[in-house]
Amino acid sequence: MESLTLLIPLSVAAVFLIGWVFWRALQGGQFDDLDRPGVQVLSEDE
Amino acid sequence: MSLAACFHCDLPVAEAGRWRAPVLGEAREFCCAGCAAVASTIVAGGFEAYYATRSGPAAAPGAFPAPAVYDDSQAQEQFAVTSGPNERTATLILDHIRCAACLWLNERALRRLPGVSRADINYATQRATVSWDPARIRLSAIIEAIRAIGYDAFPYDPQSQARFNQAARRKALWRLFVAGFGAMQVMMYAFPAYVDGGAGTLSPEAESLMRWASLLITAPVIVFSCGPFFSGAWRELKRMRPGMDTPIALGIGAGFAASAWATVTGAGAVYFDSIAMLAFLLLGARYLEFAARQRAALFVDRLSRWSAFTAFRFENNSFKQVQAHELVKGDEVLVPAGERIPADGVVERGSSSVDESLLTGEPLPLVKEPGSALAAGTLNLEQPLVMRVLRAGLQTRAAEIARLVERAAASRPRLVAAADRIAQPFTWLVLAVAAVAGLSSGDGWIAIAVLVATCPCALALAAPVALTRAAGALLARGVVLTRASALETLAAVTDVVFDKTGTLTEAKFRIARVTLLGRAGENECRALAGELESSSRHPLARAFEGAGAAVVQDARNVPGLGIEGHGGDRRVRIGTEAFCRELAAAPLPAQMIYPGLTPVYLADERGWLAAFQLEDALREQAAGALARLRHVGLAIHLLSGDHPEAVAAVADRLGIGPRTGGATPPDKLAYVERLQREGRVVAMVGDGLNDTPVLARANVSFAMGSGADAAQSRADFILLGSSLDEIPGTFELARHAMRVVRQNFAWALAYNAAALPLAAMGWIGPLEAAVGMAASSFIVLLNALRAGGAASAKESWKASPSLSPSPSPQYS
Repeated sequence: MESLTLLIPLSVAAVFLIGWVFWRALQGGQFDDLDRPGVQVLSEDE
Repeated sequence: MSLAACFHCDLPVAEAGRWRAPVLGEAREFCCAGCAAVASTIVAGGFEAYYATRSGPAAAPGAFPAPAVYDDSQAQEQFAVTSGPNERTATLILDHIRCAACLWLNERALRRLPGVSRADINYATQRATVSWDPARIRLSAIIEAIRAIGYDAFPYDPQSQARFNQAARRKALWRLFVAGFGAMQVMMYAFPAYVDGGAGTLSPEAESLMRWASLLITAPVIVFSCGPFFSGAWRELKRMRPGMDTPIALGIGAGFAASAWATVTGAGAVYFDSIAMLAFLLLGARYLEFAARQRAALFVDRLSRWSAFTAFRFENNSFKQVQAHELVKGDEVLVPAGERIPADGVVERGSSSVDESLLTGEPLPLVKEPGSALAAGTLNLEQPLVMRVLRAGLQTRAAEIARLVERAAASRPRLVAAADRIAQPFTWLVLAVAAVAGLSSGDGWIAIAVLVATCPCALALAAPVALTRAAGALLARGVVLTRASALETLAAVTDVVFDKTGTLTEAKFRIARVTLLGRAGENECRALAGELESSSRHPLARAFEGAGAAVVQDARNVPGLGIEGHGGDRRVRIGTEAFCRELAAAPLPAQMIYPGLTPVYLADERGWLAAFQLEDALREQAAGALARLRHVGLAIHLLSGDHPEAVAAVADRLGIGPRTGGATPPDKLAYVERLQREGRVVAMVGDGLNDTPVLARANVSFAMGSGADAAQSRADFILLGSSLDEIPGTFELARHAMRVVRQNFAWALAYNAAALPLAAMGWIGPLEAAVGMAASSFIVLLNALRAGGAASAKESWKASPSLSPSPSPQYS
């Protein structure tokens, strides 16, 4: 049971870390266009 | 004692007699110095008539800081253009506009400013186009003048609109992510307690630790992700009109506070998992709604992008690059292959194929040769074209359509208003039941369960999403909906009245037969007719194009009858039999009736000259489209101003029973009114400008048309393509959408009716309430997204190829 006292705070920290990573990706425009990248791989230009 | 209302803004006057000003011959009371100053400015400017004609109170004036940044030439690059020597033009968005009198007032106030050369306000979009001389007046002074009379204005910049949309989208997604990720993690912490179920295998320290972790992660979900619910609830409470946000905010807020208290004190139940999940599911439903709305807005965005195009204009023997909005009628413009066409016009030289899917939904490219019409915003695919500009900038069809779509999006469908009316008392009921159940049982969690389980979210979502979705699907097929309520009306239509020319037929007349009635030869008659008709825009006139030259002066159009002019030394008329008989002063020598042909007569003062029989081709899809309309139980009528014999021939070929020929515009109006008196709901299909009154009289109207005429016709639906198939398609879509809306209403009402007593009795806990409520909203929303019907597949297929080539260079 002692392991929980370490693991639970660790998991809370991980949640905030992942949240921060997502925020960076969002602000970087990663999710602005969800349609085009899917089609882009099919085009021959690139 | 009741307070007097401010004469300007209608707010109560706290101190009678403190602010007074004479308006319309009487001393009036005002609520504040601002309103009094505004009223004095209006009166001093000679616009007192505004108060006599306005239909509602004005907004209270705000602060008046001078936005000097608007005068900066660098900043003006974003929204203003140089429109002439010493003249700049910008589009301003007006705020606080309440009625037509407001627009009048603003327009007058702007035009009176020294240095302002032009001020036009578009009533539909509430945007003002203002031109001014920078040497004589600053833009900030213009905006201040608008603020001085109690309104506000700011420059309209389509790109800042795009940036604003992107920021809104990112924020919504971020809220959704925080709530979703938080909910998942909190459920992990809640899981051991559920498994344990009070058996005692979980140590109290571990349980307390997990509760604290849950609290820490739920906090941002409540504070940040649920922000819109709280601010919405606050707005609703301020107006004392609780909507769907009030019970949600109360339920979530109270649930979180009680759980946090239980965590801190270490006693009582926690429901962090239920709250976080509820927040996530509700935000998910809102995000889908938001995405559906943005998808519809995207279409408008693409149409209004003309301002970002560049064009190559022919000047001094070479093509110079200019901005699309600088083009004017008559310019010669080069359109390279792969570029968007910058204005409406006709091809002068070259031939190519053009993708018009943006405007018409037609996926196949169209061949364009010298003389073909080109529309702004469409894509030139193969070869360079040289075109002559007919309409540029805001006059183009694309801009016209964008404005219509915006107008429809801004109008509120009756169904949505009705849903709000039902939701209102229901929310009061929910609040009352929650209070009674909570107080009588002494258990706050029962009150929270009632609030959460029975919030009328599903009711509020039922109609708007379905209608937005249906309008989006119609746009993808090239059908523009210009009034939001029209879909509802369309689903209830019983009779469809068609005009003939240009609607069921192509309106491409040709002369099938010429009968000479006098001394003049055929060539002379054709030449006379061609010259007379050359001044007319009537579809019949085009049959005579290029028939030869004769000298005709003072050609004068007599609507509904024909054209009169002077040919040499005598008067000549072309038109209906009666019109020509008046001039010829003799009865027609022989009856000439040919089934399916439209007769046009030519006569001069000495007698009859000729009878032309014109032929018009039926549209290919006419028979199929009518069969589909009959299949869904609609009665079809044919109502035309054309010759009765020609109308009968078309009606026979298409199997239409009720037909009326030779109808004047008042006849058409009377016909529709008679049907309506019989309790029929009438849809009218016409070709735009010629049928405007009858289109307005019908319950719902379609304008067919490839020209700008259709866009100006005020019809409820505008068919941008020329395919009649879209008419039954629109009917089917409207009925499908209304079916979905009814299902949604039925589901939402049934769910709420069942959940309310169960939650009030305490049989549903907060967890079940959250699941039930969120599931109900999702079912309604997913059902609403179906309203696009089969068209949605086509839409997504179309969206990507037509989007991909252009946007990146202009928006980077």
